[in-house]
Amino acid sequence: MEKRTILNSTHFEITLKRLASQLKENHHLFENTVLIGLQPRGIHVLERLKKILEADLKRELTCGQLDITFYRDDFRRREQPIIPSVTNIDFIIENKNVVLIDDVLFSGRTIRSGLDALLAFGRPKKVELLAFIDRRFERHLPIQADYIGKTVDTLSSQRVSVEWKEIEGEDKVVLFTQENKNE
Amino acid sequence: MNNLSVDHLIGIKDLTRQDIELILKTADSFKQVINRPIKKVPSLRDITIANLFFENSTRTKLSFELAEKRLSADVINFAASGSSVKKGETLIDTVNNILAMKVDLVVMRHPNPGAAKFLSERIKARVVNAGDGTHEHPTQALLDAYSIRERHGDDFTGKKVVIVGDITHSRVALSNIFCLQKLGAEVMVCGPTTLIPKHIGELGVKVEHNLRKALEWCDVANMLRIQLERQDIQYFPTLREYSMLFGLDKKLLDSLDKRITIMHPGPINRGVEITSDVADSDQSIILQQVENGVAVRMAVIYLLASKIERN
Repeated sequence: MEKRTILNSTHFEITLKRLASQLKENHHLFENTVLIGLQPRGIHVLERLKKILEADLKRELTCGQLDITFYRDDFRRREQPIIPSVTNIDFIIENKNVVLIDDVLFSGRTIRSGLDALLAFGRPKKVELLAFIDRRFERHLPIQADYIGKTVDTLSSQRVSVEWKEIEGEDKVVLFTQENKNE
Repeated sequence: MNNLSVDHLIGIKDLTRQDIELILKTADSFKQVINRPIKKVPSLRDITIANLFFENSTRTKLSFELAEKRLSADVINFAASGSSVKKGETLIDTVNNILAMKVDLVVMRHPNPGAAKFLSERIKARVVNAGDGTHEHPTQALLDAYSIRERHGDDFTGKKVVIVGDITHSRVALSNIFCLQKLGAEVMVCGPTTLIPKHIGELGVKVEHNLRKALEWCDVANMLRIQLERQDIQYFPTLREYSMLFGLDKKLLDSLDKRITIMHPGPINRGVEITSDVADSDQSIILQQVENGVAVRMAVIYLLASKIERN
C-alpha cells in the first residue's frame, strides 16, 4: 500500500480556518443556522470548525451529530452490517439553515442518506454541504458541496483518509494507493 | 463482529455473549429513533414479514408489529383463531402458504415447545421465536437485559437478579436465565417448590423459597405472572396463599435496606405477584420494559434481515 500525505498539519489548519471564514461570510452570526456533522468521521470536522467559530464569534453554536446507518441504500448489499453511531440532535431543524458536514465527499451516497435522515428532525429552510475533502470525478449521484476544503483527483481504487491529532496523533490527509492491484 | 452468529432467533441458548451485546448496542440506536418526531427508518423497505400467532398475545404482537413498521417492512398478520388451522391444516402447510406470498422473515408464537426450531429447519425464511410454549421467549429476555442495563449500567458482572414465580411453566424465566448468565450476572429463582423445576440447579442458578431472603440478596427482581392457563393441575392451594407468600407489596419492598429494581414481563395480575403501589412505584421499570421491547425487536429484526440474501 503506497501512502502519500496530501495535506500536512500546517495546511490542514489553514484549510479549516478558511472553511470557518466562508461559513461566517454566509451565515454571519449563525442565528438561524445549525451545523450537523455526519457520523462517524464528519463530527471531527464539525468539532474543529465549532471551536474556531465559537472563539471568533464569542457565542455558542447549535451543533448536532447525525448517524445515517439506517438510511443507507446498501443495506443487505454489504458483507457485514454497519454498527450505527450516536445521533445527537436535541433541537428541531424546522425552518433552520442546516450545514451538513462530512470529512470526505466521495460517491455522494452518504450525503443522500443524510438528507433523508435529516427529514426526521423537521423541514429545514435550506441545506448546504461542507466537505473537507472532495474526491471529484467519483460521484454516483448529482451532489456537490457548497464549501470544499481541498479537491483531489483520485481513482476509485484509492482511499483518502482524514486523520486528526485528537485521534491519530497528527492532523493530515493521506492518500493510499493499492500496489499490484489484481482486478 | 458486526454480524449475528445465527440465522434465526430461536432461543437465547444459541446466542453468544457477543451476539447479545451486539443486539443491545444496536437497540440503543433504535431507541433514539423511536424517540424522534419521525419514528421511522427506511432500512427494511424491501423486506416482508409475517407475524404468525398461534397463541394469544397482545403486547408481544403489538411490539413486533410496531418494530417492523418502524423499520419500514411490509407486515402481514396471522392469528390462529379464525384461520384454517382450525380446519386441520398442519403448521408447515399453513406457513408454506404464507411464504408463497414471498415473505422474508417469520415471527412466530406457538403453544408447542420447539415449534420455532422445527419451522426454521424446514423453510427458507428467517424465523424469530416470539415464544414457543414453555421453552423460550428470547426477545423478552433481551429487552429485560436491555432494561436492566439501562438502569444498572453496561457491566452485568456480579449483578444479582432474582426471578420470582412460576419457573416451571415460564419461557421468560428460561430465556432470562440464559441471557443474564451469558452476560455475567448471577441468577436466582424463587417460588413455591411445586413451581421450581427439580433440576434447575444444574443451569447454575440459585434456588430460594423465601421471598424476603431472595429480595435481600438481589439487585433486580423480575416478578413473573402466574400462568393459570398453563396449569392443568393445582400447584398451590389458593391464589391468596400464593400472593401472601410470594407476592411483593410496598411494605416488604420498603423494609429492604436497599432499593432494588422491579420488573414484570406483563400482563400483571395486580394484587397477585405484585401490588399496584409496587407496580407503579419509581423502583418499577415495567413501562420502560415495554418501550425497550420495540427498540430491541427492531434491533433483532434489523440484524437478522441484514443476512437475508438479495435475489
